[in-house]
Parts: sequence; structure tokens; C-alpha cells
Amino acid sequence: MKSLQELAEIRERSKSKVALREGHNDMRIVVGMATCGIAAGARPVLNALVEEVQKQGVSEKATVSQTGCIGICRLEPIVEVFESGKEKVTYVKMTPEKAKQIVSEHIKGGKPVYEYTIGEK
Amino acid sequence: MIRSHVLVCGGTGCTSSGSPAIREHLEKELQKQGLDEEIKVVQTGCFGLCALGPIMIVYPEGTFYSRVTEEDVTEIVSEHLLKGRPVERLVYNPKTEEMPHGVTSLSETPFYKSQRRIALRNCGVINPEEIDEYIALDGYLALGKALTEMTPQKVIDLIKSSGLRGRGGAGFPTGTKWQFAANNAADEKYVICNADEGDPGAFMDRSVLEGDPHAVLEAMAIAGYAIGGTHGYIYVRAEYPIAVKRLKIAIDQARAYGLLGKNIFGTNFSFDIDIRLGAGAFVCGEETALMTSIEGFRGEPRNKPPFPAEKGLFGKPTIINNVETLANIPQIIVQGPEWFSSMGTDCSKGTKVFALGGKINNTGLVEIPMGTTLRQILFEIGGGIPGGKKFKAAQTGGPSGGCIPAEHLDTPIDYENLKAIGSMMGSGGLIVMDEDNCMVDVARFFLEFTVDESCGKCTPCRIGTRRLLEMLNKITEGNGTLEDLDKMEELCHYIINNALCGLGQTAPNPVLSTLKYFKNEYMAHVVDKRCPAGVCKKLLQYVIDPAKCTGCTLCARKCPVSCIAGKVKEPHAIDQNKCIKCGACMDNCKFSAISKK
Repeated sequence: MKSLQELAEIRERSKSKVALREGHNDMRIVVGMATCGIAAGARPVLNALVEEVQKQGVSEKATVSQTGCIGICRLEPIVEVFESGKEKVTYVKMTPEKAKQIVSEHIKGGKPVYEYTIGEK
Repeated sequence: MIRSHVLVCGGTGCTSSGSPAIREHLEKELQKQGLDEEIKVVQTGCFGLCALGPIMIVYPEGTFYSRVTEEDVTEIVSEHLLKGRPVERLVYNPKTEEMPHGVTSLSETPFYKSQRRIALRNCGVINPEEIDEYIALDGYLALGKALTEMTPQKVIDLIKSSGLRGRGGAGFPTGTKWQFAANNAADEKYVICNADEGDPGAFMDRSVLEGDPHAVLEAMAIAGYAIGGTHGYIYVRAEYPIAVKRLKIAIDQARAYGLLGKNIFGTNFSFDIDIRLGAGAFVCGEETALMTSIEGFRGEPRNKPPFPAEKGLFGKPTIINNVETLANIPQIIVQGPEWFSSMGTDCSKGTKVFALGGKINNTGLVEIPMGTTLRQILFEIGGGIPGGKKFKAAQTGGPSGGCIPAEHLDTPIDYENLKAIGSMMGSGGLIVMDEDNCMVDVARFFLEFTVDESCGKCTPCRIGTRRLLEMLNKITEGNGTLEDLDKMEELCHYIINNALCGLGQTAPNPVLSTLKYFKNEYMAHVVDKRCPAGVCKKLLQYVIDPAKCTGCTLCARKCPVSCIAGKVKEPHAIDQNKCIKCGACMDNCKFSAISKK
């Protein structure tokens, strides 16, 4: 170890590894992972979300987790975004591509992608 | 890409309740379900709730599973980790009726709510075998800051102003200790970490070493810089295999990163650490005996002065700090002394870790701000006494401490207050006793321990404690006299005033404090020849209630010494002269006709 700079680099590199465990993030992205969701393809969506959150550097802002059946199985895969102080946003018929867009526009940009939400159908 | 972390406790408590097998099974199940690329299994240090082990936490949700079995793991993987449905039946829930959803935030449970984790901050959070995880949570930042931005004197001043006192028991101000060593010029100085935790029922230091070994290494390097030492020793018991293993891993990792070794952070400061294993002698926790042991001699204490800061290990100035004391230091430097001194009471700053044991629901490890009352620790955090029994006393400080009776439950805990009520902070063992414990027997138990562990170098301890034990035995056997009580008290004071080291000077404390607060129990043993709690065998009588006895003969058949006689279908009787008080008759009686008096 030669300098504080070097230590800071290791810290930054490792932070994402433990960020998951702090659980104080403002945004929660929840994927419906009941049998209906999995059958409709929730798994690739979940993986895409996890990957994009890391890749786009918002892992300290949002956590991705799963939940059971949300109730409208015909619209699976369903992804819900919870943000403290705001109404939750429900996305339906998700795909990995849509997931990518949601991370960049909604999570990072702060603007929900209305065309994929349940209300704007 | 990892989306979830499953933390499995790898502390000693959970290891003995089977967590290694759980972790192995979990990894296998994840592989089977194809989740091993998405979910990471992390082995951590102690979460604190050892009574409920093996413990497992799933993040990001923070779901806390307790008493997990292998079958449960299969269910958790297929339900929670695959389908996102927490297995509610296994979720730790202290108040089921109030939280119908079961999934509660860990920090909201009564066990964790009043705790303040500083020394334990990384225990149960990071993988202790991964230096990167420690660094991610600001690890080694304090060392970097100290070396590059502060002079050694500034480090000492900072520790002084934080008000940190030794957590090993005596409570000596840490900064002052460092100052003494810094003031003594020498060609070599040493830093020793005292990890020879020996009190029965205490596992604070063990958990810190197992859960966050790097914090101790970092603090030792900081101490080395402050006093001008280049070498450190960790004196740890060989009975702590997990702690030793993780310390070794941590030292290797720190060396590989150049956080130990030569020219740390590009400065002139070099520091390295070695481990010395103790063979488990209690006296080696005493600092001078510990140094003698490191030097390769039989672990016996030496006279003080000269104090270690003057003439310590190998005759050089040395500081010896307890594990928990050291674990506080990096945080004090990163967050500042004001932050630290804002917690606690006037003379005792910060927090203290206690190992809760005995008759308490939440057996485990807790860290509370100084000034918390015993009542809060036992009844809020500890969850009270099992089976609705009545609290009798709490024993702090192990064999060197004393018993605190119910009337002092509301005393705010700090060094001075505990001393004032006849106990001491000690290293942090906290053993709870209920109405079924005999206080004379408790005193006898601790005395037995100190007699065993006395090194024999000085007479007051070697012979004095043995005589004390003999008198206690006499009392528990019903042969004690009132004169014995007076003699015991006198002998206690003699030992306290004349023993060579801390072990002997504190050994009579359990006797003195029980004599002070539970004189009535001693009197019952001596005058009435009776043990009110029904513990002391020689004073017990098992009797059969003729009104309840049906004459089934079961007890007579179970009795190993055939001391029960009677005809079939007629009440039986016990021959008290032959009875060995094993209790087999009472355990087996189907009609509750046998009781002990």
C-alpha cells in the first residue's frame, strides 16, 4: 500500500460487493418471481436488471429483489419500482431490453417509462 | 451478476450449532437450482443472537432466518431465492402477534434496537476472510489517515480526548497508557493485543477476532505508530481455532497489500504482527504473566512497577490492549473523538460489549452504550428470563467480578458504578441467575475456578483462595458455622490486599458480593442447614408425599442405590441415609409425588 489513493481505489472497487447488505437504498426494483412470472420469462428480466444496475453505476441507489405472485399473471413478467415518498410504478410484460431502458431512464434518469407501465396500455 | 447475498454466521456459536454444514448444503442447493451465478454465499462473524443459531440473513431484503436446518435450506432456496417468497415460518420474529408479515427489519427487533455497534460494527456484515470487504467499509482508512496526516503525538492526543478506557476490565485510559510508552525512549517498543479471554461464559473478544480481525490489526499498527514501535504480538488462546485461523488469513492479506510490513502508505513507518498461542491458563490474561509467557517462560505475573509501558516485553516499553479496546480505535480516528465521547456517561465513554449467558432468553452478544441499565440489557435486549422465573442476580466480570442483585437493576452501567456496587466491568461476561440458583454455590463455582487457575507464585492467592474454597464447601455441605462467615470475610480482605496480581486481588469478589447481598442464603445454609434454592446436594432431601404416591414401584426400580422401599400399591419411603440425591426418582415419578426440600 503506497498511498491513500490506492486504498480509495480498492474501496471503490469493493463497495459494490457489500452495498447489497446495507439495504438503505431509496429505490427498490421488485420482480414478480412466482411460477407465473418465471414461466413468462421473469428470470432473464431479473438478471438484466441486476446487471444493468451494476453497469450503469446505480447500485448504491437501487436494489433489485424479488417477490411472489403480484396477482395479474396474464401481464407477467411484472416489475415494480418503489421509491420512498412516491407512488409505485408497475411495469408489465417485461423483457430484458425493456429492463435496460427502465434502468437508464427511470432509475438513473428519474423519469418512468410510461409506455411499459400498467396504466398506459 | 450477483443479485443477492446470503450471509451465514461463521462465529463459534453458530459453528457449533451446525452452520458449516448449512453453508455447504446451501451452496450445493444453489448449484442444483442454477442460482450459483446470481447468489453469493458469505460467511460472516457473529450476529449476536447466538441462542437462535444457525443464523442466516438474505440481502437485499434483509430477511433474518434463525435455527436453520438442512431441510429448511432446501425450502429457502426454492421458495425465497428462486421465487422471491420468504419462508415466513423460519423468519426471526420476536413478537409474532404484532408483526403479521413476519419479515421485520433486523435493526427494529428489540434485540438490536437499543444496541449501538462500534466494536462489533462489521461482525455479521462482512466476510472476515476478505480484506476487500473490510476496506469497502472504510477499513484501513484510519491507519492511512494517521500515517499520512497526523503526528504520533496527535494520534495519542486524539485517543486521550475520546475518553476511551481499557475494555479488558480495569478501565485504564488508553491514551494515557500510550503516552507513557511513547515517552519512554528505547530502541524497540512492542504492541501487544491481549486476546487471552478466559472468563467462563465470555466470548466478546473471540467474536471480534472471528468477525472483524482486520480492525484489530489496523488498530495495532496505529498504536505502533503512536508509541514508536515496529512489532506487535497477538496473544490468543489456542482454544479459539476459528479466531486463530482468521487472524492468520488477515495478517497474510494485510501483508500482501502492504498494510503490514515495510514503509506502509509510502511512509517510513514499518510494522508487523505475529501471533502467539496461549495454552489456556487464565492467569496469562494478566498482562505481566502474558508477557512472561510470550518470552517463553512459564506464565507467571511479575511485580508492578515497573509497568509494561516502562519495562515490558523483553524489557522494552510495551503497551498491552484488549481486543475490544483496539476494535474501537479505527472508528475513533475516522469519526473523530467527539463522536465517540458523545456516547456513554461522564467517566465512561463509548460502548461496551457483553456476552449474555445463563438464565436468559436471548443468549448472545450485545453492544450497548455505557450508561444503559442492567434492566434494559436483561429485559429489553436479552428478552427476560425463560420460564417466567424470578431474577435473582447478574454476575459481571467473571471470576473477578461480583453479583448484582435485583435492587441494583436500574444502575446505569459504567466502570465506576459497577465498582461502587461491589462488582466490576470486567471483560464483559454477563451471567444471569434466577431463583433456582444458589448464591453460595455460585460463589463456590467461581472460587473453584480461581483455585484451579491460580499460578501459585504468591501465597495469598495460592493458599488463601484454597482455604476460602474449603470454607465454602463446608457451608454447602451443611457443616458451616457463623464463625466461618466472619473468617471468610476477613480472609477475603487479606487476599485482596496482599495478592501479587489482578487474579488474586479480585478472586474474593464473588464471595464478598454474595456475602453482602445474599447473606440470608448463607445464613440458611449455616443456621437452618438448608439450601433455599435446592441446589446444594448435601442439604437436600427428596421426600415422597404419601397422599400422592400410588405405590407403582417405579421409583424403587429406578433408584440406583435401592434406597426406596414400600409394598406394591402402598406409599413408598426414601431412606435418607442411603440416598445419593441423584433425583432419578423425582424425574421418573408419574404422579408428582416426589419433591425436594
